[in-house]
Amino acid sequence: MATPQTSSDHGQMDLLRFATAGSVDDGKSTLIGRLLLDSKSIFEDQLEAVEASSVSKGYDYTDLALLTDGLRSEREQGITIDVAYRYFATPSRKFIIADTPGHIQYTRNMVTGASTADLGLVLVDARQGLTEQSRRHAVLLSLLRVPHLVLAVNKMDLVDWSQEVYEKIHKEFTQFATKLNIPDLEVIPISALQGDNVVERSANTPWYSGPTLMHHLEHVHVASDRDLVDVRFPVQFVVRPKSDEFHDYRGYAGQVAGGVLKPGDEVVVLPSGMTSTIQGIDLFDEEVAEAFPPMSVTVRLEDDVDVSRGDLIARVNNAPKPSQDIDAMVCWMTNEPLRPRQKLAIKHTTRTARAMVKDIQYRLDVNTLHRDQDTKELGLNEIGRIQLRTTVPLLCDPYSKNRTTGSFILIDEATGVTVGAGMINNAS
Amino acid sequence: MTQTHADYQLSQLDQLEAESIHIFREVAAEFEKPVLMFSGGKDSIVMLRLAEKAFYPAKLPFPLLQVDTGLDFDEVLQTRDNWVDRLGARIHIASVEDAIAQGIVIDDGKTSRNRQQIGALLHAIEDNGFTAAFGGGRRDEEKARAKERVYSHRDEFGQWDPKMQRPELWSLYNGRIHAGEHMRIFPLSNWTELDIWHYIDREQIEIPSIYFAHERDVILRDGMWLSVSDAVQPKDNELVETKMVRFRTVGDKSQTGCVESTAATTAEIIDEIAIARVTERGATRGDDRFSEAAMEDRKKEGYF
Repeated sequence: MATPQTSSDHGQMDLLRFATAGSVDDGKSTLIGRLLLDSKSIFEDQLEAVEASSVSKGYDYTDLALLTDGLRSEREQGITIDVAYRYFATPSRKFIIADTPGHIQYTRNMVTGASTADLGLVLVDARQGLTEQSRRHAVLLSLLRVPHLVLAVNKMDLVDWSQEVYEKIHKEFTQFATKLNIPDLEVIPISALQGDNVVERSANTPWYSGPTLMHHLEHVHVASDRDLVDVRFPVQFVVRPKSDEFHDYRGYAGQVAGGVLKPGDEVVVLPSGMTSTIQGIDLFDEEVAEAFPPMSVTVRLEDDVDVSRGDLIARVNNAPKPSQDIDAMVCWMTNEPLRPRQKLAIKHTTRTARAMVKDIQYRLDVNTLHRDQDTKELGLNEIGRIQLRTTVPLLCDPYSKNRTTGSFILIDEATGVTVGAGMINNAS
Repeated sequence: MTQTHADYQLSQLDQLEAESIHIFREVAAEFEKPVLMFSGGKDSIVMLRLAEKAFYPAKLPFPLLQVDTGLDFDEVLQTRDNWVDRLGARIHIASVEDAIAQGIVIDDGKTSRNRQQIGALLHAIEDNGFTAAFGGGRRDEEKARAKERVYSHRDEFGQWDPKMQRPELWSLYNGRIHAGEHMRIFPLSNWTELDIWHYIDREQIEIPSIYFAHERDVILRDGMWLSVSDAVQPKDNELVETKMVRFRTVGDKSQTGCVESTAATTAEIIDEIAIARVTERGATRGDDRFSEAAMEDRKKEGYF
């Protein structure tokens, strides 16, 4: 249950990042407002402002959606235009919500929000059932390898809490999901407006034996989603104090992307292929016995090998093969279409290079999953499979294996804008 | 040697710390001339602590920048000096009063010092050619901030355009800028007020004493308790009272209100905040209360 936490437990709570998707009318903002309100994350002055605003608009009830509609330009249009991040906590977990708008033209926002999510929350209006948009959201969450999915069937109060309606949507969605990669699915009947099955179990759904939304968010197991086997340590920064006290100190700073590193481990530095042994792992002024994702540490090696930013430390017998030919799914995020022969900057872990588009293999229709192989280009908010050739080798894994070493962004070199997001299928 | 958790689980506070350290290192590696905007407030102190950890045992690879409003609390300046000395950091001071004297900022007698800081800050960034400026902003502070990126692009005029923000995916930050532009960097984006206090408590780091309960002469003005000082003198109908108070944010003396409190330790502050019913900005920052969209407007002008 959601009660204000006190000093003892907060620091030790774990973290769940989730992305929400739904259209303006599915009640997504109302649901988020409800989660914030019921977990007591809304403050008096915020609630008062929203109550006053609801009254002045002539609404019969407090419009919780007003809590999250951030920018004035959005309030004027009555829509959400960008990814917004919200925070709330219960005694056992802290939550970061990436709240993404559901309109068709904003696929890029959904992809952005899903990129860091452990769980995706898709809303459907019980009266409408599954729409093209809800299917699209599920496809994107699956493509981004968000490991847990919740389908919240909202506005159940408007269909008289019909079990039949719920079962129909549940069945239809489960059938659709077999074509996708969704390892964990929960379908929950709710009313965001009334609060049924959000935090409190509803008396209106005696036929439903599953968890409430909040209970599921609090208990879904996310720790095992990380890869603790394959050591991947992209070097971010070389720490060389050049001070009298730390005259010979040379450490490689970075955030562990996979596996568990320990002093004494034999490692290989890529792309050079030089091998060495981990001498020590520093976390600020302490040495630690192990480092695992997502720890930010500094690794020292026994030998004086040449290591710089953009290199990757892996295990001798478990390292990716450096590759310049990349096969990936790409979400295109700018008006000017992506075309073969186009040259772009690519940022992959801590390595930046240039890349040329060799081929666009197909465009994926995210509504039907149809692959259009005749496509010559990818437009804004379109997703397709492409081949890239990079100027220097990338040290990457398939995205399905590691979301950090398997992802990249594409940058327009003239404008400096991020124009694409890529998920690697394989590299050769 | 410290043993880590047997179940390979990182607490949320450790995850936030790891994410922020990652951001500091990315910026130090990719930007030519970063700077850390230091206000002396609790958020900028936590930033400084994270930066210290990110590069240890090396010193910070960038200087600090403080905007001196001329109305800063002495306790805040003292804490700043202690931190700078301990870390052996370099610091640039940009003075609002100098900026007024030079005609960079106009003092019309109505504009608050928090607002005048914008001009002094932008001038200092441009003058020194800083290409990235770390700020202590958190997304939980205010609705407009909820949509801001960790890397927030500013044009040649230092302005933020919410519709032109770059998508930010995974932990892949895009630091490309053109000449004359700069990037604001928010390493604390995902921290909440409660996280900040827990971190201060855990790290046992120095923050200005005015955050803790103390006796002070105050007056009630526009529903806020203001400290009587050279910057705030009681008007005819205002009564000076001595109260046990603490500050929840540190800004300039003329604008920053305090709250009645007996919380004298970080643990007591945490308990107080956990049951607080008013957001920190709405309660004690006069400059945020003028309109619902106040922060959005100031951000577009180049406020942190």
